[in-house]
Amino acid sequence: MSDTVSKAGSDERGVQAPQVIESKHEGHSWTGEAPLFIYAVWYLAFLYIPVLFLPLFSFNDSIYVAFPLKGFTLQWYADMLENPALLHALENSVKVGAGVAIASTFLGIFAAKAMTRYRLPGKGPLTSFIMLPLVVPGIILGIALLVISNTIGVDLSLYTIGLAHTLVAVPFAMLVLMSRLEGFDKSLEEASLDLGENAFQTFLRVTLPLAWPGILASTLLTFTISFDEFILAFFLAGNEVTLPIYIWSQLRFPNRLPMVLSLGACILVASFFIVTFSEVIRRRGVGTQSGAAI
Amino acid sequence: MSDQTHAAGTYSGAEEQTSFGFKLRSLFLKHEWLRGYLLLSPTLLVMICLMCVPLFMLVAYSFWTQNYLDIDKTFTLANYEAYFQKPIYAALMFKSIRMSLYCTFATLLLAYPMAYFIAFKVTKNKLIWLILITVPFWTSYLLRVFAWKVILGFNGVINSGLISLGIISDPLEFLLYNPTAVVLTLAHAWAAFAILPIYVSLEKIDRSLLEAATDLGDTPKERFWRVTWPLSLPGVIAAGLLVFIPTVGDYVTPKLVGGTTGIMIGNIVQSQFGKANNWPMGAALSVISMLMITILVVTFIVATTRARAKN
Repeated sequence: MSDTVSKAGSDERGVQAPQVIESKHEGHSWTGEAPLFIYAVWYLAFLYIPVLFLPLFSFNDSIYVAFPLKGFTLQWYADMLENPALLHALENSVKVGAGVAIASTFLGIFAAKAMTRYRLPGKGPLTSFIMLPLVVPGIILGIALLVISNTIGVDLSLYTIGLAHTLVAVPFAMLVLMSRLEGFDKSLEEASLDLGENAFQTFLRVTLPLAWPGILASTLLTFTISFDEFILAFFLAGNEVTLPIYIWSQLRFPNRLPMVLSLGACILVASFFIVTFSEVIRRRGVGTQSGAAI
Repeated sequence: MSDQTHAAGTYSGAEEQTSFGFKLRSLFLKHEWLRGYLLLSPTLLVMICLMCVPLFMLVAYSFWTQNYLDIDKTFTLANYEAYFQKPIYAALMFKSIRMSLYCTFATLLLAYPMAYFIAFKVTKNKLIWLILITVPFWTSYLLRVFAWKVILGFNGVINSGLISLGIISDPLEFLLYNPTAVVLTLAHAWAAFAILPIYVSLEKIDRSLLEAATDLGDTPKERFWRVTWPLSLPGVIAAGLLVFIPTVGDYVTPKLVGGTTGIMIGNIVQSQFGKANNWPMGAALSVISMLMITILVVTFIVATTRARAKN
């Protein structure tokens, strides 16, 4: 619709962002901009500072999470590495996360391809249907899956957690991959088909190479979702626990609090970097490809 | 997939053309939507098996009863009767909805200016801003809630900080374990969820409409309330629903920072599957919650679309 305007003014090719008019007003609207900028900084502070207390106190040489800080220590991190239960939970989380990442990205590619490349009757309702796990409260999905496992006699294990996580990860995988597939020119695939490749070869040799930043981003995001997910795992874990459940079980013991803080800090830092990395490749990828597609 | 490569080699054989495989293939070639559905089918199958079937089972459970460890599968409305007989359930339900509404309102109020800022004021490095607000949303929900427990606790960050600064002498007890702490924590945990839909709806607004409003003599304030705000409403509504629906059933936050006065319906549901060990009752409570949420959401959507149609 407003494509021509957006091309002229925006630096963000992924989103339609016509900036032409706004920049015209910029000269005298600065007075209106400063308070908003200050607000934005405060908002980011509100978003980040509460979480930053975890890493801060994880280096504090005291069993109590309280000011004033006592002194620097790496004791709690050392404790963590010597805790077999924790390491086992970590291993479980990585296993489940890897499985979920692969399964949901795989399903996401097919779904995204179908949604972006085919004229599907009922596309809107179908998309909403696939997005449903995002809005259904986690506890309800958790008990529903618990109830069904119990009814059909499936024992709770890492597999049940993995299946539940796949359910909530698929919508994200599909969204990420859809924006990626929408970002590059459909005619590239059509050209490949016209030149005699069949649908499968085209998918393998044209779609996949062009979509790989999306695939990588989706894999990383879905891994993180599974790795950090608590409530579904809480209901569906058998004897084997994942890291968030391990953390939950430790919250009862005040003397383990510092170790939980250091573990939390590690998880937050790891999640932060994985997600930032995937967001960068995803969003940047969409931009350059649609701009540079010939 | 592979039957297409296979079928490609069978064009020459005349007798092959009448085979079932060939018919199926030509059917799929003729109808684009069939191919689309074929691609979509694994995902749909997973969603049906892992979401629809379990939810139906949950509804079925709500009509059963539990006898110690055995499930009695005779149809009964006993659980629903129990819900209406014990006022604690309905009271908790309404309290959860009220807290969730406060949280949604706070989240939207906080998120709107931020989304507005990124959509209209940020010209350079928009990507960085977007990433900065989305990243916390992906990181562990449990840990973000836990952080608030650490901050608001009796010997927590705020209390110990204020004491060591000499501002107060005794810890403030009203910080943790009450509904306000739950609302605050939820608003923080769901913040990023609200920004994106609002941002997208603001970003979509045709800038020439704003220019037109200015040219026709609107002040920036009028322009906002008459053009920007109405056009961003779909995003605001979407964001509101995205925050409201999941928070009603939240379990972690009330459990960690709510104390006894801050518990919500999710905690009661969980206890039916834990200590209370009455799965059918827990199922009935979940079904009632889902129904309440659905009724509220549908009423709200119908009301807003009517109101918009009127204008």
